[in-house]
Amino acid sequence: MDTSLLVIQTLNGLQLGLLLFLVASGLTLVFGILDFVNLAHGSLYMLGAFFCATLTIWLGSFILALLISLPITALVGYLVERFVARPLYTRDHLDHVLATFGLILVIDTLTHMIWGPEGLAVPLPDWLRGQVTLWGDTVVPTFRLMIIGAGLAAAGGLFWLVNHTRLGMLIRAGASNRTMVSALGIDIEMLFGLVFALGAALAGLAGMLIAPITEANIGMGNGIIITAFVVIIVGGIGSIKGAFIAALLIGLIDTLGRSFLDDIFTLFMSPTAAENSAPAISAMLIYIIMACVLAFRPQGLFPPKVR
Amino acid sequence: MTRRTLLTIVVMVLVGLLPPLLYWSGNAFYLDLATRLVILAIAATSLNLILGYGGMVSFGHAAFVGLGAYAVGIPAHHWLYGGMDAIATTSGYVQIALAVGVAGFFALLTGLVCLRTTGVYFIMITMAFAQMAYYLILSIEEYGGDDGLVIDTRSEFNWISLDDPIQLFFLAYVSLVIAMLIVRMIVNSRFGMVLQGAKGNPERMATLGFNVYVFRLVAYVISGAMAGYAGALLGNFTTFISPEMMDWSRSGELMFMVILGGASTSVGPVIGAVVFIVLEEFLSHFTIYWHLPFGLMLMAVVLFARGGFVGMLTKRKDR
Repeated sequence: MDTSLLVIQTLNGLQLGLLLFLVASGLTLVFGILDFVNLAHGSLYMLGAFFCATLTIWLGSFILALLISLPITALVGYLVERFVARPLYTRDHLDHVLATFGLILVIDTLTHMIWGPEGLAVPLPDWLRGQVTLWGDTVVPTFRLMIIGAGLAAAGGLFWLVNHTRLGMLIRAGASNRTMVSALGIDIEMLFGLVFALGAALAGLAGMLIAPITEANIGMGNGIIITAFVVIIVGGIGSIKGAFIAALLIGLIDTLGRSFLDDIFTLFMSPTAAENSAPAISAMLIYIIMACVLAFRPQGLFPPKVR
Repeated sequence: MTRRTLLTIVVMVLVGLLPPLLYWSGNAFYLDLATRLVILAIAATSLNLILGYGGMVSFGHAAFVGLGAYAVGIPAHHWLYGGMDAIATTSGYVQIALAVGVAGFFALLTGLVCLRTTGVYFIMITMAFAQMAYYLILSIEEYGGDDGLVIDTRSEFNWISLDDPIQLFFLAYVSLVIAMLIVRMIVNSRFGMVLQGAKGNPERMATLGFNVYVFRLVAYVISGAMAGYAGALLGNFTTFISPEMMDWSRSGELMFMVILGGASTSVGPVIGAVVFIVLEEFLSHFTIYWHLPFGLMLMAVVLFARGGFVGMLTKRKDR
């Protein structure tokens, strides 16, 4: 195992973890505060990618496109809350799941109609296209560093928003006792809409950041949503801190498992056996971790204190 | 005879008679459609046992179906290309036993973990485990990975040949009737009473001295095994299997059938499967974007019409 590869894969794992956090934090916020299961959260991630891709092509600037796509994705999130989620708050989770499953089909098909079946590549400006030499022969693409930076900034911003602002205080209050919050004269429906829009913007941001690497494509949301579920189950549903730690954990384990598991296996089994079993085990690794966490702590690693 | 029993009989007679009659009168296509319908109805019936009667919202049922299909495909693959002598066979009995066994065992392993939780956790965890099965099959290159696996030889039985579409249809149909009877028998037994009681109020059942976890686990394993059987039939029907069969949108479609048809009724999942197949076939004639009206309809049903088709047709007021 050489160090350079290990560093690069660790950075890749960190990047995946931060993107997972952006998706999972919205899910966990919406669930923790609204008690609503939104399967279509992955579709917002996908929409963010498509908005950003189209605007980048129109405007010729990725950064500008990203800044404009954020409020658009938030608006879509708000509309989803207003017309799909809001009538369902009083229903059970089964209805949430079915309705948002229908919503996924609708959003995916509309995306297919508007943008076609092919993926949409996002051209990057020259200054993001290069590579950065960390030391010696350890080279990483500039853009991946930018994803990590933007992910950390968004995570920091979210912590600040939730823990140190009036809005964050209301969000936390709404999570622990929504009746009391509305009795104190807070427009709880507006608050719910804002939370949904915030979650959508965070998921959209993740989509926008990954789009230049993977292209914006139709299946992307449905792939990440399950991993985001694993993250919030491991972290404890409703906990942002838990989502952050679990997202980094899952991102690192998944990435490192896929690259190094066969090397680790050769330490105690024949190379052929390792080569055959490693892909299968690494594909299951994060789910096995989820099962282990659940076996000992069914409520997740960091369950929210008040519920 | 109650209206619901009448409805069940009418639906089952129509599903059993119409397709063969159309087939013999020269419309072979409808028999294919009906065979798929009946197989999906078996899977939906198995889901109904835990979702409808047991209140366990499993969003990973397609994984059992997929595992069942691979339990036919993998032995057939080895029989043709060598390797893994222990399971290389085209014998239908062995394959069906494998399908039921593997799916049931997977249900036991995952059930042990996911039944420790309830509510949203349960929904997400069943989804995650199904995704695990999906990635597992995807990662094994020998069985085609993403490209899927062609089943060159269908399961072989003593008296029937599944290469004959009409025999395959009747095998599926008889299986569906038996599956419905088994579920009905389970539901009306003492075991089923506890299961339904635990759906309404698990604490009360626990206080009455029943270990709810064990009851749910047994139901979950039975349901998974039954879905594995449906998967074995599906593999024989399509003769092509791929990890896509385990995709979570397939699980969503099964849930759609149970809920839309009418959960916790025998005939509900069958009606749901009929509606699903008819919609898919009808809508995809008009547009390749048939998922759009399908999705809108699903949302409309959840938002405005509750109780499913059986509820509408038998006008039960007590929901």
